[in-house]
Amino acid sequence: MIKVKINGQEQSWDGDPDLPLLWFLRDEAGLTGTKFGCGQALCGACTVIVDKEAVRACITSINDVAGREITTIEGLHPNGDHPVQKAWRQVDVPQCGFCQAGQIMQAAALLMDNPKPSHEQIREAMSGNICRCGCYQRIENAVHLASTGV
Amino acid sequence: MNFVDNPGKLRGFEKSIKVEKVSRRSILKGLGITGGFVLAAPVMSRQAFAYETGAGKMPHGVVVDPRVFVSVAPDGIVTILAHRSEMGTGVRTSLPLIVAEEMEADWSRVKVQQAHGDEVKFGNQDTDGSRSTRHYLIPMRQIGASARTMLEQAAAKRWGVPATEVKAVNHEVVHSASGRKLGFGELAADAAKESVPSIEGLKLKDPKDFRYLTKGQVGIVDLHDITTGKARYGADVRLPGMKYAVIARPPVTGGKLVSFDPAEAMKVSGVEKVMEVRGWPWPSKFQPLGGVAVIARNTGAAIKGRDALKLVWDDGPNGKYDSVAYRKELEEASRKPGLVLRKEGDADAALKGADKVIVGEYYIPHLAHVSMEPPVAVADVKGDKAEIWAPVQSPGGTREDVAKTLGIPEQNVTVNVTLLGGGFGRKSKCDFALEAALLSKELGAPVKVQWTREDDLHNGFLHTVSVERIEAGLDKSGKVIAWRHRSVAPSIASTFAAGTVHQAPFEIGMGLVDMPFEIANISCENPEAAAHTRIGWFRSVSNIPRAFAVQSMVGEIAQATGRDQKETLLALIGSPRIVKPAVKDLWNYGEPFDSYPIDTARLRKVVELVAEKGEWGRQVPKGHGLGIAVHRSFVSYIATIVEVAIDDKGKLTVPRVDTAIDCGTYVNPERIASQIEGAAIMGLSLAKYGEITFKDGKVQQKNYDDFQVIRMDESPLVTNVYIVPPGPDTPPSGVGEPGVPPFAPALINAIFAATGKRIRSLPIGKQLEA
Repeated sequence: MIKVKINGQEQSWDGDPDLPLLWFLRDEAGLTGTKFGCGQALCGACTVIVDKEAVRACITSINDVAGREITTIEGLHPNGDHPVQKAWRQVDVPQCGFCQAGQIMQAAALLMDNPKPSHEQIREAMSGNICRCGCYQRIENAVHLASTGV
Repeated sequence: MNFVDNPGKLRGFEKSIKVEKVSRRSILKGLGITGGFVLAAPVMSRQAFAYETGAGKMPHGVVVDPRVFVSVAPDGIVTILAHRSEMGTGVRTSLPLIVAEEMEADWSRVKVQQAHGDEVKFGNQDTDGSRSTRHYLIPMRQIGASARTMLEQAAAKRWGVPATEVKAVNHEVVHSASGRKLGFGELAADAAKESVPSIEGLKLKDPKDFRYLTKGQVGIVDLHDITTGKARYGADVRLPGMKYAVIARPPVTGGKLVSFDPAEAMKVSGVEKVMEVRGWPWPSKFQPLGGVAVIARNTGAAIKGRDALKLVWDDGPNGKYDSVAYRKELEEASRKPGLVLRKEGDADAALKGADKVIVGEYYIPHLAHVSMEPPVAVADVKGDKAEIWAPVQSPGGTREDVAKTLGIPEQNVTVNVTLLGGGFGRKSKCDFALEAALLSKELGAPVKVQWTREDDLHNGFLHTVSVERIEAGLDKSGKVIAWRHRSVAPSIASTFAAGTVHQAPFEIGMGLVDMPFEIANISCENPEAAAHTRIGWFRSVSNIPRAFAVQSMVGEIAQATGRDQKETLLALIGSPRIVKPAVKDLWNYGEPFDSYPIDTARLRKVVELVAEKGEWGRQVPKGHGLGIAVHRSFVSYIATIVEVAIDDKGKLTVPRVDTAIDCGTYVNPERIASQIEGAAIMGLSLAKYGEITFKDGKVQQKNYDDFQVIRMDESPLVTNVYIVPPGPDTPPSGVGEPGVPPFAPALINAIFAATGKRIRSLPIGKQLEA
């Protein structure tokens, strides 16, 4: 039996320990905010925060996160008012929106590590997250806004 | 983002509103809101505006009826249906916003509800071709005005005053003479008893009174849900007892399953069943390709199970498809005469007599959509009834195809439209929903079919591959006197009809025969090309290769004559006029030519505007270059300037992009800017990396590592968008697609300016490193 804490709640799993965390979250725990985009850690749509680090849930097995604390988009802020989420809305970032949960989790992890990133640091840190609609200019501005006060 | 000062004017709609009278009786047919003002009974609106659009000619046309689209609850909440699919353009916000504007509803008290697939009820729902605003601006205004009129009539009756004395203002109706007011909610029940006013008699708002339209101040309705993970896409649908499936499909288009061994797959923890999926013979239209499905308790187990399958395929007639060999075929075909589609003057003779002939042979490979959300659908089939939840661009078409595939009546099929995690044309094809329907029928349980990214690349409907060969003949003064353009590419029509070797009218009308330059001798030709994979619509479709070739050739002419790119471009466009190409039944994006002509004054205007705002001719640092391109597509006019920087190792970056768009009368400038910003990224992606190749009939790319798209560290530093203020009576035109085509040629022209290297084959890849 594998035990994990997701958004503050204990969850357990007694199936395949190699099951990617992504599919545990989406299909078993019903937390569909974390998205499947590539399955190979190439696009970042499945980004969650494990302890304080951004992690790609699609290549992380449930066993790898046993006993650790996982935060998904649903648990980032109780009212959805994390500075990154607020900045996202202020800048009207999303087009289709599918990648945005992953982008927001990546940005939140970046700001935990580096509260005042430069534009160059933002572009570098966010480059693992693909947006096919091409919202990058706004993502960059929203991260900057979140870091300077929304 | 920058905007040209908002014109704040949308004139011309109030004129000549005519529609045949249809008897309208109050039929209460609901949106499920009880006790409210619920309206039904479709009314067709044709030719009801100052301008005509192609909307009425789309399958099932347009329905203009507040009873179908609007309901008002006793608590005042106004529910407006969005009948088009949301894939990132903002249409789920923009169309209901138009209704709210006209009915004087307060947007904060409006709920948007997604319509299911039912074109008889809602009119055409096929969300592609950059058509939604173009076809629905006026119908949505009429719907809103009808609802407002009914609320006003109800209030006037309540007070016993003439309807002309009352006015709806911000979610209530007021009688200013007496100071009385009634909220929309208080009037809902009475308003529902009013007859729907005739469209003829509707008074539309004066655009100067607009609160929402053209302002760009309203965020998309899903903004909060998207940022909190609550937004529901196709993959997010969960039903009790639902099974998870992935499918192994034939690796070669037209291939078939010979045999499979499920033993190892069945050993995978969580796998419940392995079963064959019916496939259709090639060309298979939107029907499933067939294969073997692995059914499991979660998607991860299904994928692992599929990896363990032993499969034997017969690759069929396309097993030898090879991109290197096919390119040679296309190039050879482009060097010989082809089917002549447009002929003006005598291009052959003029080329022979020209002082100088410039030849450009341009190659644009297959491209894949790779929307962030791979295809996915949930189906629940019970007996002769089916319910689908899917991110489909064409819910009406999906309903029809599900009914046909299952052999059940269309009215027994419900298609629920989720948000689309990107579409770009891929999700106009509903094969993934049909797969889910077939599996659910056989399993007797709800099923989700999830495509992986590898499936998306290997079994998609790719953008065509083409060679565009242009020969331009110049006289001694450097004036272009002859133009011969041969376009060779497999057609989308090949996905529907075996033996297709020529481009369809809707493809040749995308930048080939509608070429707007003022040249005396023109020949546009289409040599034959057979398809060996599924070809489909990709955002902006054939405009990508055509704009790339035509606008690169403009750069080459400038290069050969030593003239400025922009001046060369304006000289080719020539005088302000309406271009009428000598083409039989010219396809004009489905629009009447009179409302949507090829207007070189507008083409010139976007070039001049982008040149002014984008500071054309500015000094740029060493290693930088500026390039310009313009293209009319989806009846909009777009010009782009790209500044490129190439370092001494050949690494390419884009410091700045400027784009001017004339999309006629518009609704939401903020979403136009976001579409154009995104189009620059998509244009840069396809120019720098975009290429799907085949070997032995199989796609060689697997995922985002070998089919790369632009990431943030390579994206343009700044993209500026300028919107041309519409003239009076200028009909709305496309926004979603037209931003893409001019980007690549502007970039390529900029690369030439920076390095002296002329790139004629996309993607750029390592060509600058040599």
